[in-house]
Amino acid sequence: MQWETVIGLEIHAQLATKSKIFSGASTAYGAEPNTQACNVDLGMPGVLPVLNREAVCMAVKFGVAIGAKVAPRSVFARKNYFYPDLPKGYQISQMELPIVGVGKLTINLGDGESKVIGITRAHLEEDAGKSLHEDFHGMTGIDLNRAGTPLLEIVSEPDMSSAVEAVAYAKKIHALVRYIEICDGNMAEGSFRCDANVSVRPKGQEKLGTRAELKNLNSFRFLEKAINLEVERQIDIIESGGKVAQETRLYDADRNETRSMRSKEEANDYRYFPDPDLLPVELDDAFIDAIRETLPELPDEKRQRFEADYVLSQQDAVVLTASRELADYYEAVVATAQTDPKIAANWVSGELAAALNKEAVDVVNSPVTAELLAGLLKRIADQTISGKIAKQVFEAMWQGEGDADAVIEAKGLKQITDSGAIEKLVDDVVTTNPKQAEQYRSGKDKLFGFFVGQVMKETKGKANPQQVNELLKKRLAQD
Amino acid sequence: MHNKSITELAADLRAGDYSSVELTQYFLDRIQRMDAGLNSFVTVCSDEALSAAQAADRQLQAGQGGLLTGIPIAHKDIFCTKGIRTTCGSKMLENFISPYDATVVTRLKAAGVVNLGKTNMDEFAMGSSNETSYYGPVRNPWDTETVPGGSSGGSAACVAARLAPAATGTDTGGSIRQPAALCGITGLKPTYGRVSRYGMIAFASSLDQAGPMTTSAADAAILLQAMAGFDERDSTSADQPVPDYSAGLEDDLTGLKIGLPKEYFGEGLDDAVAKSVEEAIAEYRKLGAEVIEISLPNTHLAVPTYYVVAPAECSSNLSRFDGVRYGHRCEDPKDLEDLYKRSRAEGFGDEVKRRILIGTYALSAGYYDAYYLKAQKIRHLISDDFTQAFKQVDVIMGPTAPDTGFRIGERAGDPVSMYLSDIYTIAVNLAGLPGISIPAAPANGKPAGLQIIGNYFAEAKLLNVAHRLQMATDYHKAAPANLGQ
Repeated sequence: MQWETVIGLEIHAQLATKSKIFSGASTAYGAEPNTQACNVDLGMPGVLPVLNREAVCMAVKFGVAIGAKVAPRSVFARKNYFYPDLPKGYQISQMELPIVGVGKLTINLGDGESKVIGITRAHLEEDAGKSLHEDFHGMTGIDLNRAGTPLLEIVSEPDMSSAVEAVAYAKKIHALVRYIEICDGNMAEGSFRCDANVSVRPKGQEKLGTRAELKNLNSFRFLEKAINLEVERQIDIIESGGKVAQETRLYDADRNETRSMRSKEEANDYRYFPDPDLLPVELDDAFIDAIRETLPELPDEKRQRFEADYVLSQQDAVVLTASRELADYYEAVVATAQTDPKIAANWVSGELAAALNKEAVDVVNSPVTAELLAGLLKRIADQTISGKIAKQVFEAMWQGEGDADAVIEAKGLKQITDSGAIEKLVDDVVTTNPKQAEQYRSGKDKLFGFFVGQVMKETKGKANPQQVNELLKKRLAQD
Repeated sequence: MHNKSITELAADLRAGDYSSVELTQYFLDRIQRMDAGLNSFVTVCSDEALSAAQAADRQLQAGQGGLLTGIPIAHKDIFCTKGIRTTCGSKMLENFISPYDATVVTRLKAAGVVNLGKTNMDEFAMGSSNETSYYGPVRNPWDTETVPGGSSGGSAACVAARLAPAATGTDTGGSIRQPAALCGITGLKPTYGRVSRYGMIAFASSLDQAGPMTTSAADAAILLQAMAGFDERDSTSADQPVPDYSAGLEDDLTGLKIGLPKEYFGEGLDDAVAKSVEEAIAEYRKLGAEVIEISLPNTHLAVPTYYVVAPAECSSNLSRFDGVRYGHRCEDPKDLEDLYKRSRAEGFGDEVKRRILIGTYALSAGYYDAYYLKAQKIRHLISDDFTQAFKQVDVIMGPTAPDTGFRIGERAGDPVSMYLSDIYTIAVNLAGLPGISIPAAPANGKPAGLQIIGNYFAEAKLLNVAHRLQMATDYHKAAPANLGQ
């Protein structure tokens, strides 16, 4: 049997407001427990919520960025359930009338392929606090610092058919919310959280299979792993004659498994109703247009511009525009170096990205600034150094040993372009390795690399590779 | 001293006839001497009151302050008061000391009033007789075997017994007006949004509104002046200027159009109460008003609509009382569910539980449309009735309550008959309109209330209309016997 996977994502993006969605308490992360919870956040008797205007602006910004209809009238509703870290016994959310309506997002899947994913809605809501189960000797500690933090819940259509697509979509949303500066995107701190609704069905069948909701997917890698695990699990169940249960499943990264959290039967009746403490949010076109005006160049626009202006492949452009900061860095390198944008792209998405990744450094804090990298690219372009030596220079610059010229000077890495000197080295190498020369001439072409290597070894890699190639060919052609 | 109006007391304080400390001590003494038989206070805060009075005296001596500076009042125990226990009439909050002041409390403090204490009330404002209070029933000072009405029964009784010159109350379905009627005082429920709800423990958020309870309309105007106004902490408060409520009190009523809804004078209305109301209306005719019969055709739907909307909202509003952060927590909970169940079972009384159950049911999946949504639609119809009526008339008049104070215990076992006590007041909350109850002539020797309903934000008109009757008659001056000296 051929199976088809159907995935929809619910993404909770924590909005980067200074204060909470319904109170004036700070949203800063990492404070001592319960030091950033005011009377409103604590759900004291008699307190009332007052909507944070900035949270509304941010939600609207997201709406216009995905070309969605921003609701002229949206309504906050109470989602009622009891939990110790939910101080009021209800969460203020939006149910029937969300602030952002239907929109869409195009994901790029490499090789120029793309797919449009529908976005059902996005709504504003408050976050709950945290229950802390460790260190309390059988009791539970409650930290309400996070209670009342504004969230934008972005709900997709079940338009994704593989874990790869789901990750591409999640990354795209992640890039977008960071581009428009409504969310810091920090997944480790929970500022950007994904839940995945996953089901399978026989290929060609129209009716959707029973879905499971996967929670606790706090990295793109976990999202991909958890979906793949879940797809396998569901196919196994159906193929062995069983039925998939509708339930919520928790992903355990340590064990790399998902396990049941609660079934549909145990699900709460949330008794949603419009919150009588808050007025409907009414937005006119002028307000929405004014916010649209503040939008920066969006990822897709930037990607297309990169492809056109810098003659880059879609794949390169996707990588370079993954974040606004990386794209800005790249553009600064190109502008300063005035060299081939493709080579700059290779360096930014290759050497630089690898170093940033390895050291877990954000591009804005890169020890190799755009200016430094541009200086290096200039030296490659004017043949002061080869691409290979440039990697050594990059490494030194990363370690803070100065700019490219200083490193080249200090380490004596300047390329040897004197053909006389290279010719002599070539001659020496061929002469001292007669056996290899013999074999090469009798057809073992691969040995050419051996000679290049020998010359480079002698010059510590500084000889101009083109010249070495040319002169070696010429020399080996002689008897 | 206890029969003086706020204006008179303020003049005496300024004249130096007595100090605010003396005035405050006078009322504290009365409370101590007389409240045991009434139970109108849950908490008396003598120390805080006297120190506030001292501060007021300093202001007065410096020639500062306003009309309310140094005037003692009482707050319904539904308003959060910083550092002073706020019980809301419930065991759930028996030991709850609020970390902040309600906006009403803050504003009155800023106006210079002295808080004598917190008045008894039906638990979480749910009741019409003050019998649901965990702190025992309040007795009507006119006849201590009868109820004072509710839920602001403590405020009504203490003002009627002149244990405080004035008090604050709240009104969700009649909780200011009905006890005002039963205790023979003046009680005003302002337009929804006129007074901030911040710090007022919520019963039904879309209906709750705070207002003054006084011995006269003129005093109500003074108190409302200090209470009313936009509050950025309450999104449902109205961002509208507050007029001078005392300025037009004496305006002539010639040509005033009074509407009498025929539905308010039908079956269920006590004959003696009807007679009192008619007598008051006859006085208005004498004052030059024109009386027109009108119809509010959806009146019969008000009580059932209210008993869907109010419980639905209360079921959610009261979820925060879970034993986790404050309030009653059961002993040795064995797990989370046990903590919730026992804390709430022990902390809430029967009427509160009944309404939480009704409200939870009305909001449940599958019933929401049939109950909550339907009720919201009917609410619009009820509002429309009033909108139509106010095209014809300036104010609407009728009885505040269908009868006078009934005996304690008489209706305790029959919730529906209790709910009907608010049959004439509830629609006003559903529509969000202002309404005032003022004393009419006694009915069979007991207080009876005339209700005057106005258009949105027409509090000044209501106070004017009420005050003119109080200028022409002495109904409001009648006080229970044995008030002491």
